[in-house]
Amino acid sequence: MEAQSASVVETLASLSLFGDLSYPELEAVAHTFEEEAFAKDQRVLRQDVSGGSFYVILSGEARVVIDSEERAVLTRGDFFGEISVLTDTAPTADVVASTVLRCLVVPAHDLKPLLLGRPSVAYRMLQIEARRLRMANTWAG
Amino acid sequence: MGGVDERPFPPGTYDVVVVGSGPGGLQVAYSLAQAGIDRCAVISRDDRPGGMFRRFPVYQRLISWTKPDAPVARGTREYEWYDHNSLLGDVESHQALTPLFMDRVLDLPARVEMESALAEFAARGGVQVRYGCEWDSTRIDSGGFALVTSDGEYRCRVCVFALGMTEAWRPPIPGLDAAPHYVETGSPERYEGRRVFIVGKRNSGFEIAQGLLPWAKTLVLASPRPVDTAVLAFSPLRLRYLQPFDEHVRGGSGSTVVDASIERVERHAGGYRIRARGTTWKGELTFEADEVIAATGFQAPLRDLPSLGVATVNDGRLPAQTPYWESVSVPGIFFAGNVTQASSGLRKHGASSSSSSVHGFRYNARLVAQRIAETVFGKRRERRALERDDVVGFLAGELARAPELWNQKAHLARVVAVDSAAGIRDEGIVPLAEFVDRDEGDACAVAVEYDAGGAIVPALYVRHDGRLSEHVLPPHPLHAFDGDDYREELGTRLDALLA
Repeated sequence: MEAQSASVVETLASLSLFGDLSYPELEAVAHTFEEEAFAKDQRVLRQDVSGGSFYVILSGEARVVIDSEERAVLTRGDFFGEISVLTDTAPTADVVASTVLRCLVVPAHDLKPLLLGRPSVAYRMLQIEARRLRMANTWAG
Repeated sequence: MGGVDERPFPPGTYDVVVVGSGPGGLQVAYSLAQAGIDRCAVISRDDRPGGMFRRFPVYQRLISWTKPDAPVARGTREYEWYDHNSLLGDVESHQALTPLFMDRVLDLPARVEMESALAEFAARGGVQVRYGCEWDSTRIDSGGFALVTSDGEYRCRVCVFALGMTEAWRPPIPGLDAAPHYVETGSPERYEGRRVFIVGKRNSGFEIAQGLLPWAKTLVLASPRPVDTAVLAFSPLRLRYLQPFDEHVRGGSGSTVVDASIERVERHAGGYRIRARGTTWKGELTFEADEVIAATGFQAPLRDLPSLGVATVNDGRLPAQTPYWESVSVPGIFFAGNVTQASSGLRKHGASSSSSSVHGFRYNARLVAQRIAETVFGKRRERRALERDDVVGFLAGELARAPELWNQKAHLARVVAVDSAAGIRDEGIVPLAEFVDRDEGDACAVAVEYDAGGAIVPALYVRHDGRLSEHVLPPHPLHAFDGDDYREELGTRLDALLA
């Protein structure tokens, strides 16, 4: 059964990425960007296909797949696609829905205005990226 | 009245049941018949064809073009690009029906012209509908579905809901319930000399605003989301945004467009007081108005489908769909019409599909019919064989002229499959996301897309030996994508696949 009690604004309010935004700011984000839902096993981001977006998971689970090998699991509050958008290159991985997956979709050309217009989101994003980097370095070491 | 009920499709068991008689329902019903699905019932609570176009737009003018005269002849496939409002016939007498009714005041049909064309399509195309039959509720039944209606129960393996998005939707703003919704807007004269506050800055908000410009004393449009003029430049909606927004940008004349979260709407004896808080600026504003109109959008009347497990998006307003417009969570439930906008495909460079308009969703409906016929009922469509030397010319011609690719940019693609046993086959029009996400079979696809800067460009996708490659070709000032340079580039990129 589809549980869908919280509105998009309420869901955003509960994610750390948007944790510092006021309610009107959250409303502006929720009204500006669309929510998209994917079937289990549907692809969200595609390796080597250009023009992708930045995605924030609102509910559900996804897997990161590189050359058919699963590398990571993403859940509520996680985001992906930003490296491809920020470096203007095609993604180097597929992201595939592992359950019915809901995401907020920020098109590439809207990411810069979002981050510059709401620096607290940029700062939170940087924190999360830093943690990911440390994790990756730990593994590599 | 009494007597025998002569309406078609009495309650019973069918292969497919289509709910709805707007453009989406009519197109999918027509295309299902063309695809060989004979036992298909079409039911509608309305009393005649046309769906939303029996009433809307409120101010009676569409925003998508139909050019009665065009560089190509009416009734050809290429003409569909010049006629965004006719449904798709598979024979000439069913095609290009909208221009027959147009008075040519504009190249945008009036509502009544659109409604007449849809009725004509149903009549000429032999699309029968059981009118006055209201779908109430749904059950998942052994191997299919049961639809309970005002006339009785329908059982089917597959259902297609073409419900439109005409149910008023209001965000949970305290006090907004007291204000009429867009759908209840009266004639413009009613707002003469009034201070009008419109909640909402999308299509319907600006439609009302434009209609009221000659009548209202002041007009305020407010919603949290800023108007994105860069996006607007590529949208047919700019026709409506232009005037009220332009007047605001030039400093008023009584029209104001504000980015604000509406905190509450208070009704008092003299009218309304609206309290708002800035979203793209810091601060609060209070507005006094004689009239408030909630142009806050629509939702699909999904009834009990969510309780069956049908996942939705946008706060429950639209059913979430796969690239082939099937529910992401309940297989066998398909959608047609403007709710197919919830299947957004690859969304390359943020571009959305045209599936919220007739010129986009008419193709989705045809494809969904073919998909149902092939995958559920095993009625496989013929695939035309192509000679190796003809492939490049064929794809270049599609890039230059195929209405499916032009109307549904980066969303629909022409696919050619290459198989060592079956040879080279034209697979027809396929959702681009479906092609890109297939993991098997050597094939190529072409699509017309926007690049990051908004230019229209041709794109080629090649899947060869299990690897997908994407080739975005440069734009052309006349979009002549069948020229020699493009053929040469396509030939080079396809060389290994076709070898």
